[in-house]
Amino acid sequence: MNNFVILPILLPLLSGILMFFIRRQIRLQEALAVAGLLSTIIASLLMVSTISDNGIQILNMGGWEAPFGISLVADMLAGLLVATASVVTLICVLYAFYSTNQDRKKFYIYPLIMFLLCGVNGSFLTGDIFNLFVFFEVMLISSYALISLGGGKIQLRETIKYVITNIIASSMFVIAIAYLYSITGTLNMAHLSERVALAGQDGLITTVSLLFLIVFGLKAGLLLFFWLPGSYSAPPAAISALFAALLTKVGIYAIMRMFTLIFYHQSELTHTILVWMSALTMILGAVGAIAYTDIRRILAYNVIVSVGFIVFGVAVASEASLNGAVFYLIHDMLAKALVFILGGAIISIAGTDKLRDMPGLIRFRPTLGWLFFLSALALAGVPPLSGFVGKVMILQGGVEQRYYVMAAVGLITSLLVLYSAMKIFINSFWGETLLSEGEEKSSGKGYLLPGSILAALIIGLGIGAEPVMEYVRQAVEVMLNPTLYIEAVLPQTDI
Amino acid sequence: METFITIIAGVLFTIGTYLILSKGLVRIILGLSLFTHGVHMLLMAVNGLKKGGAPLLGEGTDVYTDPLPQALILTSIVISFALTAFSLVLGYRTYVELGTDDLEQLKGDPNE
Repeated sequence: MNNFVILPILLPLLSGILMFFIRRQIRLQEALAVAGLLSTIIASLLMVSTISDNGIQILNMGGWEAPFGISLVADMLAGLLVATASVVTLICVLYAFYSTNQDRKKFYIYPLIMFLLCGVNGSFLTGDIFNLFVFFEVMLISSYALISLGGGKIQLRETIKYVITNIIASSMFVIAIAYLYSITGTLNMAHLSERVALAGQDGLITTVSLLFLIVFGLKAGLLLFFWLPGSYSAPPAAISALFAALLTKVGIYAIMRMFTLIFYHQSELTHTILVWMSALTMILGAVGAIAYTDIRRILAYNVIVSVGFIVFGVAVASEASLNGAVFYLIHDMLAKALVFILGGAIISIAGTDKLRDMPGLIRFRPTLGWLFFLSALALAGVPPLSGFVGKVMILQGGVEQRYYVMAAVGLITSLLVLYSAMKIFINSFWGETLLSEGEEKSSGKGYLLPGSILAALIIGLGIGAEPVMEYVRQAVEVMLNPTLYIEAVLPQTDI
Repeated sequence: METFITIIAGVLFTIGTYLILSKGLVRIILGLSLFTHGVHMLLMAVNGLKKGGAPLLGEGTDVYTDPLPQALILTSIVISFALTAFSLVLGYRTYVELGTDDLEQLKGDPNE
């Protein structure tokens, strides 16, 4: 029992609720947001170091013992993701200070971001599958409000599609939980893992696991990503950076958890499907990233490519590839936030997101140009940036397990990602300077602080990969040995 | 009784899917609502309706009804209520802003 575990959920929730009472004092709201997020980051970093020293931390809510009550389980995977998500949210909020207009700020943008983080952290930390659904909904309903906030025509149109898709996915989530509960009689993930291992994963349970795969595939944008490009390009840059960094990653986390902890017995069926889905996702995402010529769409398709790549690491399920998948997941949260923030800055300076109308910005905005160049290299995984380490390990695992074709697909799509990012760089920074100084549509200021923090984090994560890998290895150890998770959660006596 | 509830769930799924596949926004929202009700019925039916006495109320009976599915359904109903309310407001705002509730016209303009 460790009450610390609930802090990353509670702190954003409380600061979000407090903000409702100070709707008109925007400065105060911003101060409260930064304070709340900083304390969340400190709490999550402390949690990571506690997990590293003392193993998995458990909190049984209301004092009910594990299989009966809801337990929060902070293993290293959850701890690392909570810490990264909190850092990314703080950076996106810093960008939102400058880039969003006063109306959005008055209409609760900061509380909604806090509730979003509450849902995201809750999804990472919970050890109960129905509770996972509830935290998914907390996260999703905040995202519905955030995506439609402001009420522009494009925003409303895309929100409807996003909401409909997600409500259907959530209904299927409940159906899958209903079947799983009627088969196993429990909702606690550790208990589920134990019972599925005990009874054997027969055809019925495998079918339910595929239903979960469809649900999380919809949420993560794994093959079922038709909703993603439209809805991620509708809201303002700070919000879409937050979405790109966090929302799909929660879906990936759920796939990781489900298919390493509970449904890992029939891997020749489920993991083969996962491999194929991830390969198709990579190919289709790369095709989209090349085909479109507006910045928002290209970036949205880049999100899809990286989802495919991470899930490929999960599907291979060897030690090297899982190490790579966890590391790349952390890298990708930072890199996607960076590239969306910089893309937003480019769009707001140029006043358009069409590549062919882009003025050559490099003369007036050299810092923005070189930051974007750096983020493009990070997306493609060029050393010494952080994407490289993750990619190498995922591909190494893939080749070791004889997935040669899929590994080749991963490599080729990385090149195409580099091409698509360079296309943005070349078109918006090189060429004739169409705008003279002072003629920009907006100053685009405010990207510098969040952009530099993220760039520094990406470089630091790439160069200092070895100390971070220590933590990643601890996370993967639990994923490879579900008994560690079960022993930590369930009391040792008799079940 | 379980069979009966399962059939009702199936009917709700059918109507819900039919409405979701139509073009009008209000029909789609109603369809989503019915679809989630179907899910609740299914959750109730597959986990057993009434196997014994009321749970936690006295120690007279040997067999108790499992209270957990009902708790799950209650949570799910609350969530789907909030979502339906939100999507109705969203649908209304969209109608006011864009002047249509036909999804065919909400596809988006490739040139914008």
